[in-house]
Amino acid sequence: MSIHRLSLYELHEKFTAGEVTATEIVRAYGLRIGQVEPKVKAYITQTKDTAVKQAGALDASLKGWRKTLPLMGMPLAIKDNICTQGVLTTCASRMLGNFVPPYDATVIAKLRAQGYQLLGKTNLDEFAMGSSTENSAVGPSRNPWNLECVPGGSSGGSAAAVAADECAAALGSDTGGSIRQPAAFCGVVGLKPTYGRVSRYGLIAFASSLDQIGPITKDVRDAAFLLGAIAGHDPLDSTSADVPVPDYLKALKRKDLKKLKVGVPVEFFAEGLDPDVEQAVRAAIQELKALGGEIREIQLPRTDAAVAIYYVIATAEASSNLARYDGVKFGLRAKETKDLLDLYMKTRQEGFGPEVKRRIMLGTYVLSAGYYDAYYGKAQAVRTLIRQDFEAAFQDVDLIVTPVTPTPAFKFGAKGDDPLQMYLSDVFTISANLAGVPAISLPCGFSRDGLPIGLQLIGRPFEEETLLRAAYAYEQNTQWRAKKPVIR
Amino acid sequence: MEITKQEVEKVAKLARLELTDGEQAAFTKQLSQILTHVETLKQYDTTGVEPTATVLGQVNVFRQDSVSPSLSIDRAMDNAPESIDGFFVVPKIIEDRQPL
Repeated sequence: MSIHRLSLYELHEKFTAGEVTATEIVRAYGLRIGQVEPKVKAYITQTKDTAVKQAGALDASLKGWRKTLPLMGMPLAIKDNICTQGVLTTCASRMLGNFVPPYDATVIAKLRAQGYQLLGKTNLDEFAMGSSTENSAVGPSRNPWNLECVPGGSSGGSAAAVAADECAAALGSDTGGSIRQPAAFCGVVGLKPTYGRVSRYGLIAFASSLDQIGPITKDVRDAAFLLGAIAGHDPLDSTSADVPVPDYLKALKRKDLKKLKVGVPVEFFAEGLDPDVEQAVRAAIQELKALGGEIREIQLPRTDAAVAIYYVIATAEASSNLARYDGVKFGLRAKETKDLLDLYMKTRQEGFGPEVKRRIMLGTYVLSAGYYDAYYGKAQAVRTLIRQDFEAAFQDVDLIVTPVTPTPAFKFGAKGDDPLQMYLSDVFTISANLAGVPAISLPCGFSRDGLPIGLQLIGRPFEEETLLRAAYAYEQNTQWRAKKPVIR
Repeated sequence: MEITKQEVEKVAKLARLELTDGEQAAFTKQLSQILTHVETLKQYDTTGVEPTATVLGQVNVFRQDSVSPSLSIDRAMDNAPESIDGFFVVPKIIEDRQPL
């Protein structure tokens, strides 16, 4: 079988057994990227030439000695908002078009310590603000299942790269669905860990109380494998949780849902849900039942509030976080400015794209004197109600199952210049970020147009194992992942 | 919630964003639409509800105040648009004093 078709874990097994070298792996992926990247456009920066050199050194150092670390030699793609020392990290923004981080994000330091191979940095909506990669300053990535459709966003480049076999696995980041929605649109697996499970140090901040880094992978076992490599407490991120990291692969041993109660929230099956998506998700729920899950109807009554809360809190945090881009310490600086204020104003005018400006404006507005209590304070209070909804639901059930998105991947330009319509398409993924709970997206079928459909499982805080166990059981008993996109 | 062009101008200044006329017009309309949607939050009674700033429930995180290795000044300055001798260069901030 071609190297690029293997899952991350299968590749790891072959590498550990000495059946394939790091150089062969990187060369195989280099060829694959050469073939499909001109169509998919998943990457902003490719580093395969450096990877070939590193692979050669790794192979030489391993001669006759095959005891390896889990991610050693494994070819990964990293979302371009995660800092990689010495490798351009742009956030798909003109503002950071020339930014070469002097340090690694903690997740990268962990992968580097294991000897992973960086294939490149993947495309995203600028500063992770968007649901389609259409907000990237370098142009959008394309959905490998249909090049006229968006790959989703904001981690659209990472999801497209995994779906098109342009990497063995990838990292993304998820603030309101930015791992799970593109994973669903591209027919791959995406896991947003519990808030605090993975260090955010070196993740270029968008909304600090919501952001989490997580894996985007070809299957559920790979997600467990990669999460184990990046999770854990980090003194450099005071919001990372000091909770032991379990062996996530062990969670996959029980290939059933016996004794698990699975909640189906009525609010997620309301009008506006595409009929193909509803049918696929309802069929998946029947499969979870057949695997031993006890299905219960539940309520998350404040679900309707999620989008409104999110676009207040996320934009407020973004307006503060993005205040650092002032043309002084790093990034773009506008030329020919008359004084310091003019330097700030012109740098930010030139450096940010329309969606980033829109969100900074909204965030600044809701934080401004006279509006703070009415908007920001109110949103924070209703956020508490959303958390209470989840806490109440998890008294009764172990897992919650929902669609990931109301529709399959949409065409480029379909949401036009109506930002509210684009925001409302995040309705099913946002709540998990507001509540800080873990959630996974995995394939559960195809639309009549042949586009992938995603199933979302949401779990209790720090119970990624339950998510992975149920997702793996479902995946092993269905055939969706056997189908691969034909890129043309 | 209708917001006016003047409010958009004021917020843009607070956010240190120089907007084009086109952006100003588009944002006036779009921010009004988005804020109208946000106002649906009014229907939720939040009397006595504690706001959520973080989901972790942490109060504070302390560490020892001890010296440990960190980035050198040179590395930290590598991305500076303009620097001299380890300092960031910015346009003059203080006006020349008028002669008395």
